[in-house]
Amino acid sequence: MLSAEVSLGAGEARVRYVPSLADLGLIRRTIEDETGFEVGPAPTALSQDAEREAHDREYRTLFNRFLFAAVVAVPVLLTSYPDFVPGLRGLPRETLRTIWFGDAALTLPVLVYSGRRFFVGGWRALRHRSADMNTLVALGTGAAWLYSVVAISVPGVFPAGTAEPFFDVVAVVIALVVLGQALELRARGRTSEAIKKLMGLQPRAARVVRDGTEQDIPVEEVLVGDLVLVRPGEKVPVDGVVEEGSSAVDEAMITGEPMPVEKHPGDEVIGATINKTGAFRFRATKVGKDTALAQIVRLVQEAQGSKAPIQRIADVVSGYFVPAMMIVAVLTFVAWFDFGPQPRLIFALITSVSILVIACPCALGLATPMSLMVGVGKAAEHGVLIRNGTALQAAQSIDTVVMDKTGTITFGKPALTNIVVVESGEASETEVLRLAAAVEKGSEHPLGEAIVRGAEGQGLAVPDAEDFRALPGRGVEARVAGREVLLGNLKLMRERGVPLDGLEEAVRRLADEGKTPMYAAADGRPLGVIAVADTVKPDSAEAIRTLRAQGLEVVMLTGDSRRTAEAIAREVGVDRVLAEVLPEDKALQVRRLQAEGRKVAMVGDGINDAPALAQADVGIAIGTGTDVAIEASDVTLIKGSLRDVVVAIEISRATMRNIRQNLFGSFVYNTLGVPIAAGVLYPFFGLLLSPMIAGAAMAASSVTVVSNANRLRGWRPKGIR
Amino acid sequence: MDIAQVAVTVGGVALSAFIAWYFWFAPREVTRAQAAGGMQEVDVVVKGGYSPDVIVVEAGKPVRLNFTRQESAACSETVILSDFGKSAFLPEGQTVPVEFTPEKPGEYDFHCQMNMLRGKVIVE
Repeated sequence: MLSAEVSLGAGEARVRYVPSLADLGLIRRTIEDETGFEVGPAPTALSQDAEREAHDREYRTLFNRFLFAAVVAVPVLLTSYPDFVPGLRGLPRETLRTIWFGDAALTLPVLVYSGRRFFVGGWRALRHRSADMNTLVALGTGAAWLYSVVAISVPGVFPAGTAEPFFDVVAVVIALVVLGQALELRARGRTSEAIKKLMGLQPRAARVVRDGTEQDIPVEEVLVGDLVLVRPGEKVPVDGVVEEGSSAVDEAMITGEPMPVEKHPGDEVIGATINKTGAFRFRATKVGKDTALAQIVRLVQEAQGSKAPIQRIADVVSGYFVPAMMIVAVLTFVAWFDFGPQPRLIFALITSVSILVIACPCALGLATPMSLMVGVGKAAEHGVLIRNGTALQAAQSIDTVVMDKTGTITFGKPALTNIVVVESGEASETEVLRLAAAVEKGSEHPLGEAIVRGAEGQGLAVPDAEDFRALPGRGVEARVAGREVLLGNLKLMRERGVPLDGLEEAVRRLADEGKTPMYAAADGRPLGVIAVADTVKPDSAEAIRTLRAQGLEVVMLTGDSRRTAEAIAREVGVDRVLAEVLPEDKALQVRRLQAEGRKVAMVGDGINDAPALAQADVGIAIGTGTDVAIEASDVTLIKGSLRDVVVAIEISRATMRNIRQNLFGSFVYNTLGVPIAAGVLYPFFGLLLSPMIAGAAMAASSVTVVSNANRLRGWRPKGIR
Repeated sequence: MDIAQVAVTVGGVALSAFIAWYFWFAPREVTRAQAAGGMQEVDVVVKGGYSPDVIVVEAGKPVRLNFTRQESAACSETVILSDFGKSAFLPEGQTVPVEFTPEKPGEYDFHCQMNMLRGKVIVE
């Protein structure tokens, strides 16, 4: 080991070491022996098994508690309504009292076992001067049980007709609420399915070369700098750079790119992608929590734990809700006791217990987080990373989408677009391209590279050139197979006295299309014109069409000349073009649009466009490959396709709609449920809510909210694909 | 109105007043973060609520809250500090540190996913 730096805050150490001499075991021993620090496995944020196990255990506990309460509820229910049960009808009251003592004995374990959590939790909350659903259920069922016990023990102290037991309420309400919790837990597990799928992509093992031998090790032990072997069909374990061999790698799970990507020495590979055809070795550059996958998972988790501004109302309400409901229950009791019909005590008790049971604000509390969880996860499945709930809420109300041109609408690097040959037919298109590519092979200019790539793309064998010379401001020249080849602008042709043979017309037309044309000549004779241009990504036009069809205005923002910008704009069909904008003025242009009262989404790359992304209501960064954690952006599109702008806006709208449904549903549930439980319908319709119905309603409300959120799992982008 | 009704009415109103006072108006216990090694640190037990639930820290210095969940109810399994963009899954019985640096003085809530358990960080 050469040196070490320790960051106490992060609990991390950065160690420089010689890979051939030290392995993880030695590093660990050295740290533990020399410093006394303990070394633990790096948090990969990818271990979800613990959560699933905890949930399974919890579900079993809840379900057993429900079963017990449900089994007890059957005889207790029957004996509570002796007039309706054959065999019990007409039994003398003293016999019934004995049976009811049996009910008391049966329901006590229901309270202690099935309802344990309500009492323990309620008590703990109370000591924190807070009240939650446990408090409410504990108060409701506890009051019903105590009243019943007193009523059958000393019936004499109660006014006539009020010494009735409510053991059925105790058993049924606890059974229903616990069942509701169990179902809710199951449904909640499904809301995080998307992130579990992502985590499931993480390979478990890696084959590395250490001390000259190949070893299979757990992926957690792969170190930066390790040489990793990947055979066909295997997963790439961590991020790195290919050193040896080549292959096609399926990166669809990370970048969404459907076609396998060719990898050669020097190319980056991403952990969790699948190696298809060849074997290769690569040097690990990012491991543990730094891999692209781990970063994606972290971003999604952070977003899922964030809050949408719309939740603020629910937060304020639920902060005061439970104590307020306790007060309502007390006052309802008083009102029925003072003004209600006989038997007043029974009415007062039923209504206040019903209120306590029905008033649980669980649904309200779950409304936003559950939908956010599913929506953000769903977006990630489509390669759209939404930073937080605020971004999601902002994205749904966007009416203007501003797009950077270079690298966003277009690929951002020139490609061969046209070849025009002289009318005399001196050379074919392939011949012109072959010669031009040969000349440019020695060039490092991006335009030259575009021509060489174009020739290779057509499968041409490009000959070698001699005497290559770059002529600044004019073009290039070289000798190819004995011919003096020139490639350059009008100035170069004039200087060398090359006639143009009517090629000027093609050059003017190509330039009008925003392309860069170059004359090609050999041995003083013109051959043709080759044009290169930054080309539009294949799906840009479709994405822009879809956005416009959805009523959004699409604006293109670029530093390029108006001519080039308008050529591209015509091709993809944007509403408005802002050309010749200096990089530092991009944010200003966004602000101007906002000043027109628009809600602006800015789409661009995360580096050059960072200020504009930050200025926009929603900054959408187009990422590529491993660069997923783009800080300035609200939304990151992993694939780099504009179609995902549509996906981002659609999923935001769908999620927000879902959240509004949930919030509306839970507000309605509570604002209708509580007055009905209080008995406001009784004077008009003689209708009173049984506490058992209240328990069923309460259980149903939270299950409904979570299930509604889960509907989002079936979401598909509408406008495209 | 008979005596029972008067008693119930008076008792009910008094009980309502007590509930309001107990949950909303009574002064709360405040815990000040311990500074150690440049880090303001507080251990928080999660068990039917957060203890302590009102935590005072200084602005501009990193804060570490060590959450330990001592119950299995799924309700409290996630703690969210939305103002600091942090959330953490709390496996039962494990201590999970959550770190952030509050820049501006003010009051910031933290809570469980369903917003039933609540606590507050007061930044001074």
